[in-house]
Amino acid sequence: MYMREPGRSEAEQSRLAVRVAVFAGLAVVLFAVGVLRLWQLEILNGDEYLQQANDNRIAEIRVQPPRGKVVDRNGKILVSNRTRNELRVTPVELPPPGPKLKAEIRSLSQVTGIRYLDLKKKLRPENADVPGGAVILSQDLGLEKVFYLRENRDRFPGVDVERVFVRDYPRGYLAAHLFGNVGEVTAEQLELPRYRGLRQGDLVGQSGIEYEYDRFLRGAPGATRIQVDSLGNTRGTLADKPATAGQNVRLTIDSDLQATGEAALGSFGLPGAFVAMDPRTGEILAMGSTPTFDPAIFTRPITESQYRQLTAKQNDAPLANRAIQGLYPPASTFKLITATAALEEGLITPQTVVEDTGEVTVDTISFKNAGDKVYGPIDMVDALRVSSDVYFYELGLEARASGDGGQIQDWAKLYGLGETTGIDLPAETEGLVPNPKWRNQLFSEELTDRPWTDGDNVNLSVGQGDMQTNPLQMAVAYSAVANGGTVVTPHLAQSIETVTGETIEEVLPAAKRQIEFSPGTRETLLDGFEQALQEPTGTAYQVFGNWKIPVAGKTGTAERGTDVPDQSWFAAMAPAGDPEIVVVATIERGGFGADAAAPVVARILEAYFEIPQVPSAVGKSGAVSD
Amino acid sequence: MEARRGRIELTNDRPSLAERLRLSYMDPWMLTAAIALIAFSVFTLGSATQDDIPGQPLYFTFRQALYGLIGIAVMIAVARFDYSRVREVRIGLYSLMIGSILMVFLFGAAARGSRRWIELPYFRFQPSELAKVILIVALAGFAIEMTRRMDDPRRTIRILLLGSFPALLVFLQPDLGTALVLGFITLTILFLSGAPWKHLVAIGGVVVALGALVLVAAPAAGVPILRAYQQERLTSFLSPSANPAEAGYQVNQALIAIGSGGKTGRGGDSTQADLRFLPERHTDFIFAVIGERFGFLGAGFVICLYALLIWRALRLLIQSKNFYGTLVVGGIAAMLLFQVFVNIGMNLGLMPVTGITLPLMSYGGSSVLVTFLAIGLMQAVHVQMRLEPGDGANNTPLR
Repeated sequence: MYMREPGRSEAEQSRLAVRVAVFAGLAVVLFAVGVLRLWQLEILNGDEYLQQANDNRIAEIRVQPPRGKVVDRNGKILVSNRTRNELRVTPVELPPPGPKLKAEIRSLSQVTGIRYLDLKKKLRPENADVPGGAVILSQDLGLEKVFYLRENRDRFPGVDVERVFVRDYPRGYLAAHLFGNVGEVTAEQLELPRYRGLRQGDLVGQSGIEYEYDRFLRGAPGATRIQVDSLGNTRGTLADKPATAGQNVRLTIDSDLQATGEAALGSFGLPGAFVAMDPRTGEILAMGSTPTFDPAIFTRPITESQYRQLTAKQNDAPLANRAIQGLYPPASTFKLITATAALEEGLITPQTVVEDTGEVTVDTISFKNAGDKVYGPIDMVDALRVSSDVYFYELGLEARASGDGGQIQDWAKLYGLGETTGIDLPAETEGLVPNPKWRNQLFSEELTDRPWTDGDNVNLSVGQGDMQTNPLQMAVAYSAVANGGTVVTPHLAQSIETVTGETIEEVLPAAKRQIEFSPGTRETLLDGFEQALQEPTGTAYQVFGNWKIPVAGKTGTAERGTDVPDQSWFAAMAPAGDPEIVVVATIERGGFGADAAAPVVARILEAYFEIPQVPSAVGKSGAVSD
Repeated sequence: MEARRGRIELTNDRPSLAERLRLSYMDPWMLTAAIALIAFSVFTLGSATQDDIPGQPLYFTFRQALYGLIGIAVMIAVARFDYSRVREVRIGLYSLMIGSILMVFLFGAAARGSRRWIELPYFRFQPSELAKVILIVALAGFAIEMTRRMDDPRRTIRILLLGSFPALLVFLQPDLGTALVLGFITLTILFLSGAPWKHLVAIGGVVVALGALVLVAAPAAGVPILRAYQQERLTSFLSPSANPAEAGYQVNQALIAIGSGGKTGRGGDSTQADLRFLPERHTDFIFAVIGERFGFLGAGFVICLYALLIWRALRLLIQSKNFYGTLVVGGIAAMLLFQVFVNIGMNLGLMPVTGITLPLMSYGGSSVLVTFLAIGLMQAVHVQMRLEPGDGANNTPLR
């Protein structure tokens, strides 16, 4: 019918042409859109998507490196590693609830010794360290059990035994306070530049030497790179990046000297500490603190009660390293500073004689010699030898003190008291050198009962009152006299070494400052210190008299309040002429300096100079001189 | 030129096999595009699906090759028939189509929450695939029937209803993708058959309103028409990475696969498909596999083959000896264009994930056979044109 109507047919035809053109136009647009989008994805952004594809398929399993060893100055191993078999169960990989799960938990209960119900509770997925991760059932699984689980692997889906590195301490408790512990890096730490490149789960030193030299000890984690499919199944291994073992740290510690010191200190069963240092370099030869602890306790998650025991005051806080963290009045060992200040500030000359009447009264308060002794007319050397308090009280009265300083205070600071020594251990205390401003400030805040008085300076002159220090600071101060004025920066690490023992870096911290002594000052001090040990009237003659090697030193007996026995102090240097070792020891509740601390120092010096042990008990060496 | 050569071959006394199959009357470019596409599909499956079924590395490859061969045979067979006669049985075909879709509801095999297949011996038949071609030939017939009353809205509405009914049934299976293809076919046939612009504008308005109702208003009123996953798929393509674990995952992985292919593809180093990050990689997302393995060159080549196919269809649409042929070819072109764009668009993150196959490329017997059937129909139009060439003036509705 349309054929007979050519006019309409033509209209029809042109209409069709228009519509086909519209349709074709649509097709062109759609194809163009497709090609442009393809261009955008593949040509413009191809690299980005390739990266994403690789992120999809490559899973990295971190391989923890063995940490570097810590050895003593003679290369003896103090801290190394051992492997431990951790029993890990991944709850999400366990069989679904049913008889299979029950059977597996029952078997695991037998293997681990954990009660069935407790185990069931432990294996809830929410107990895993990370979502979908594992629960650690045993930190140190016995080898027999490891083999049993390996042989019956098909019966224990979701159970893995993983070998992990933990710190090993072949010398047991030796130098426990120095090493510190290793633990997983925390979320806050990961923010710090110090821990750049690390990831959650990596182990870092959290205290002690482990913390201080972590960047060397840490090593570099490696990675086992595996290709995984969309379900996480392993589909082949890619190139592995091996872990790089950490570098070793060689300490300045002599482990034999350390052992001697610890034994001597430990024999009193009282809290205390000692430091043996080379005054020329600041190298710590030995450093100990009692009570002590087993450093291996930190290789397992520590319980709250364990931690309480390590830090509780009634246990004398074994975790504290009293050598650097103690806050003690140094008592007469402080007379080094008072004497220096008096000589250098011109309050007195070495020849000035003071009449020791056994008592000094300041504002109605009476200050007496220990044991109510009266020494009569004495000069500086005499005063150091017999440890006359009255002589130094007079100096304390005479010395100027105002604002945040004073003649004694300023010299105390020059010797390094009241500030951290800069030793390569974290958590060192500053101590306190009291001054008028500090005390008056406390008073204005009503934190103390009275402002600064002359009595405070008198107390300070003999290292009592508010003065606070620790054995390490005293060792630094005595080293300054011993070496001619250099305030050294003490250090525990000698060098960083490769795994094979080649030195990479020597640890040589710069000295803090140089004290310029006036002529005669140092000689007078050393003379007094020497006489205190060598002369029969000296305070420590009973311990050091008759020694072949001349030792110089100073005793100290600190009052720690009523009802508390005195704290024993002793600082020594040897050989007296050109000291190569300075030893400081203190024993809380130890009594007279010569009775407790001096014998400890004597044992250390004997070991250092290889003096044959005299068959005499601690504290009775005086018998030798008879 | 081509026509002349065809005539020359006729001078042979005994017609050759090619002659008897009327190969020389077919559109060689359309033939080339179709065979190249199925060959590329087999090649891609051969290299990308070796690990999919353990122990049978060539499972998909072999089957797709077989479907391709059967499909080519179907195409050649269909090309010999005078398609115009199909018009006469349009009502029967239409009924058959509706019946077969309904059969799915009764005997269909369910897969992932929808019933789309009927289990046959050795074969799972998907009636909704065949419904696309049947709807084209039937609807083209219905459309011509009423060309005299072109401006009558009742004609437009009747064609719309004839097309919408099977679309609705398929949608209820639920198979949103095929329903949309059926809808697009219906609109294209309506458009090409000459429905007045004002009707088309009105239809456009209704479609937009309906879309708004289904996607926005109804869910807001608490009457979800689309299932949750359909809704999610339709909307998540807008920002696939916003929700990588859920609906956006597929699209995201497809984008990564294609993007990672770069200029020339990753070949054997492909990981998105080989390690199964890419879902449905032998069917819906095979284009992403091509993009990853063969890069911009390979994917662009495939797009070119489709462009060639569509171009030849549009050319044939004008040249058809009768209007029925025009509408059939138009419907098939619409079907191919829609499927190609929606599927590739979905792989490229341009279109929502609707489960529409990529013709001749996606693995699957029903899809391959039906596509070859459709191309065979277009070849039949071409053959008839060559046997009884029109100059375009003949390209008018028959009566």
